[in-house]
Amino acid sequence: MADFLNSLVGAVDPYMMQILVNIGIAIVLALGLNVIVGLTGQLSLGHAAFMSIGAFTSAMVTIKTGLPFSLNLLVTGVVTGIVAAAIGFPILRLTGDYLAICTLGFAEIVKVFFLNFEPTNKALGLTVPPAKTMIPMPIYVWVVAILSIVLVTFVQSSRFGRALKAIREDEIAAEAMGINTARYKIQAFALGSFMAGVGGGLYAHFLSYINPSDFGFLKSVDILAMVVLGGLGSVPGTVIGSSLLASAPEFLRFMSQYRMLVYGALLVFLMVFRPNGLLGGVNFTELLLRAIGKKRK
Amino acid sequence: MFLQQLVNGVALGSVYALIALGYTMVYGIITLINFAHGEIFMVGAFIGLLLVSFFKVNVFVAIIGAMIFCMIMGVLIELIAYRPLRKSSRLSALISAIGVSIFLSSLALMVFGADAKGFPDGAFPVHQIQVGSADISTLQLLIIGVSALLMMALEFIVQKTKIGKAMRATSEDYNTSALMGINVNRIISFTFALGSALAAAGGVLVGVLFNAVSFNMGLMAGLKAFAAAVLGGIGSIPGAMLGGLLLGVSEVFGVAIGYSSYRDAIAFTILVLVLLVKPTGLLGQKITKKV
Repeated sequence: MADFLNSLVGAVDPYMMQILVNIGIAIVLALGLNVIVGLTGQLSLGHAAFMSIGAFTSAMVTIKTGLPFSLNLLVTGVVTGIVAAAIGFPILRLTGDYLAICTLGFAEIVKVFFLNFEPTNKALGLTVPPAKTMIPMPIYVWVVAILSIVLVTFVQSSRFGRALKAIREDEIAAEAMGINTARYKIQAFALGSFMAGVGGGLYAHFLSYINPSDFGFLKSVDILAMVVLGGLGSVPGTVIGSSLLASAPEFLRFMSQYRMLVYGALLVFLMVFRPNGLLGGVNFTELLLRAIGKKRK
Repeated sequence: MFLQQLVNGVALGSVYALIALGYTMVYGIITLINFAHGEIFMVGAFIGLLLVSFFKVNVFVAIIGAMIFCMIMGVLIELIAYRPLRKSSRLSALISAIGVSIFLSSLALMVFGADAKGFPDGAFPVHQIQVGSADISTLQLLIIGVSALLMMALEFIVQKTKIGKAMRATSEDYNTSALMGINVNRIISFTFALGSALAAAGGVLVGVLFNAVSFNMGLMAGLKAFAAAVLGGIGSIPGAMLGGLLLGVSEVFGVAIGYSSYRDAIAFTILVLVLLVKPTGLLGQKITKKV
């Protein structure tokens, strides 16, 4: 089985494989943020902090214990989720931009903490040993990515997801309808961060080297741009947004030094021409129904 | 020792305050976190550097030159990247602002290269003045003096002039001001011009103080200034000044008592703690929630 999967991965061009794995990890991270920003409407500018907590936790788990990788990821996600709930408990009382700056501040604090944390080699970064699993990393990443897509799709239409959407639309009205807004917001924050932690764990083991400086403000912004670009609150949108932005730096590589310049300009123009994201407001079920002729406009 | 660190802190804090004012004014009027503001500060520093090293002008002229350049740039950025998004969701405008920020810093990287540039020797005559136990350099006096002057000028414009009155009205209620015959678009452009000019002045001052101008100096300075604006209560002009000074002083004292490797975390720790106690910042207005 493992041999077969390995040969499957070997058949694909390594460079393409690298891009594909980047996309897979980006999907996990962006879907997590989509739960917080897109579904619950709480702007977070510190998603990379939870990714870094996940990355370092999972690296330490691999180094210190011999846990199999799937259990490792689960532990990592739970740890990150608990940290997020602990942080979320006080700061989710803030609203709008005050919350945004608080998450940003928290992310900077986490970064500086890891830069000074002895067990993870401070600013030198950590070399991560290979993951304890028979399945090759690229396939592992995509299995987790697909599981995330399924999870968020189910969450979205569940009772829990409907409560989150109610909070996004109008917090006071939601509260008046008997929704415990504080509890739901913390749960959404924890769920999103759980996924960030898992994404961080995958990232750490795929790159096999992590450095606290990799998880700065720009990383958070990257993930947020994926969610907003694809269309807030839309799972297919987030998947497409993360695929586009995670591969954009590679496709723009032919411009070498102009690449980040073009990337910045691209963000501005995409927003100016598609302010609600590429797929914002596009209803896929309806499109599908119309395509097979079940529903007329 | 105490006095010395206090002066260092006030000098750093007044620069934070200058940048924070731009954030707070723009936020007060269109509730946009202008993430490109830190990069305007960086561009201002480079323009000042160019003026001093190639055109051999003195520092004051360089400050004015950088202010004028960034004023125009700020207005253009608003016109291209923010105005088309004024009616759409605030997150889209935020991403657009981040796009501008990435664009400007990579442009600066291409044009000026990756290494930090210093001001030529003798750009500003530095003397040490002994006051009690503290050595105060003329550079610090320059920074504190210029910042105070600019802040007073701003306070005059906002409080005493007609356009300032229009600015206050627009930030109070955007739609009503438009109905009252205020040209809201012009006021917003003017606000961007003012904020960018202050950031540019801050950029030149920081460049002279640390004798280093680099393409990535805008990010951290911008984030900290933003923290200062929120700390003081975002949208409030005196709040931004207070927040900037507070962050500058506490950062310098934090480093002085031996937490230099935690330097960047100090500002944010204070911010998070203050927001937990006072969720709308020190001088921010209490918002009543309505259905």
